[in-house]
Amino acid sequence: MKNIPIEKIASATPDSVARHIRGLSDRSIAWIFVAPTIFLLLAINIFPLIWTVWLSFTNSRVNRPNRDVEWVGLRNYERILTDSDIWNTMQATAHFLIWTIVLQVLIGFMLAFLINKKFKGNDLWTTIIVFPMMLSPAVVGNFWTFLYQPQIGLFNYVIAFFTGADPASFSMIGDVHLAPWAIVIADTWMWTPFVMLICLAGLRSIPNSIYEAAECDRASKWRQFWTITIPMVLPFLMLAVLFRGIENFKMFDLVVQLTGGGPGNTTTLTSIDLKREAFEKWRTGYSSAYAVILFVTVFGLASIYVKALNKVKER
Amino acid sequence: MSDFINNLLRLRRGPWEMVASVLIALGVVMLMQPVAITLYTYSFITTLIGTVMFIIVSHFPE
Repeated sequence: MKNIPIEKIASATPDSVARHIRGLSDRSIAWIFVAPTIFLLLAINIFPLIWTVWLSFTNSRVNRPNRDVEWVGLRNYERILTDSDIWNTMQATAHFLIWTIVLQVLIGFMLAFLINKKFKGNDLWTTIIVFPMMLSPAVVGNFWTFLYQPQIGLFNYVIAFFTGADPASFSMIGDVHLAPWAIVIADTWMWTPFVMLICLAGLRSIPNSIYEAAECDRASKWRQFWTITIPMVLPFLMLAVLFRGIENFKMFDLVVQLTGGGPGNTTTLTSIDLKREAFEKWRTGYSSAYAVILFVTVFGLASIYVKALNKVKER
Repeated sequence: MSDFINNLLRLRRGPWEMVASVLIALGVVMLMQPVAITLYTYSFITTLIGTVMFIIVSHFPE
């Protein structure tokens, strides 16, 4: 028995007997391992999504559980897509999204490029730069509210120092023209370190031998930057844009803490507006349609972005 | 250009994904542009068609 190879024994055993001995087939064992995950995914993701889509075609209000829920067809969608207030909210979100991504990618990449150079105190500076990202958005919102105070805020004094204007003459979070920029600055301050870390990972993944070969070919530093550094960091940059884009499309806590969506509706982003419709006005059907519109937009954008990312990686 | 149309007619993934991507991008721009509310009204249907098309055509052969 000792000298018989194990494969020979296994193949000689009839399948039904083997199954009886082992108790469960490999397929069954695989299902047992995967089933809890699939169940959780269905319960937490898929079921609420399907339910939200169904609710979006009704006049449901969760604060009136005894009222009959009526099927209203596409009426919720029609009302949202002809509402000029929601259109303004979309524009505020676009302003926030575009400027935060542009600033975070530019500053994040520059910081990563500097931190990637070997110098004394490199680790200490990395820790200091990464610090804002570790804070809670509520803390950052509170902190920047103080910084933006016209009377005591440091931000106004810095601007006054450079421009000569009176610090109390403008209010970043009280002015309809400045408030959209106030939330952009606070978010950029908080999340630029995240983009920096991703870019740093990209920069550190470039082998030195490529730069050495370029030096041998007498390529200038500028040329090396555009033909080696940028193409090799590009997938990481695109990943950073994807993460920040999706996160900022859902931005809620920081802006609520900082401006509460005001003054007026100038900093009311879609997620804030959606929360008001769903949990302050209790228009569940209407807010579900709103959520579906946002979901399709983010899903569509993420799909084409992931496709572009794969193309860049294949190069 | 003729290659693009030929591949469209032969139901190849590349050009169809391109059409779907353009529709999605167009829908998002229409949703967030500050120019005309009519464009905003038709933005969701454009994005939805693009997204559904993208899911379907990503199963087409290369």
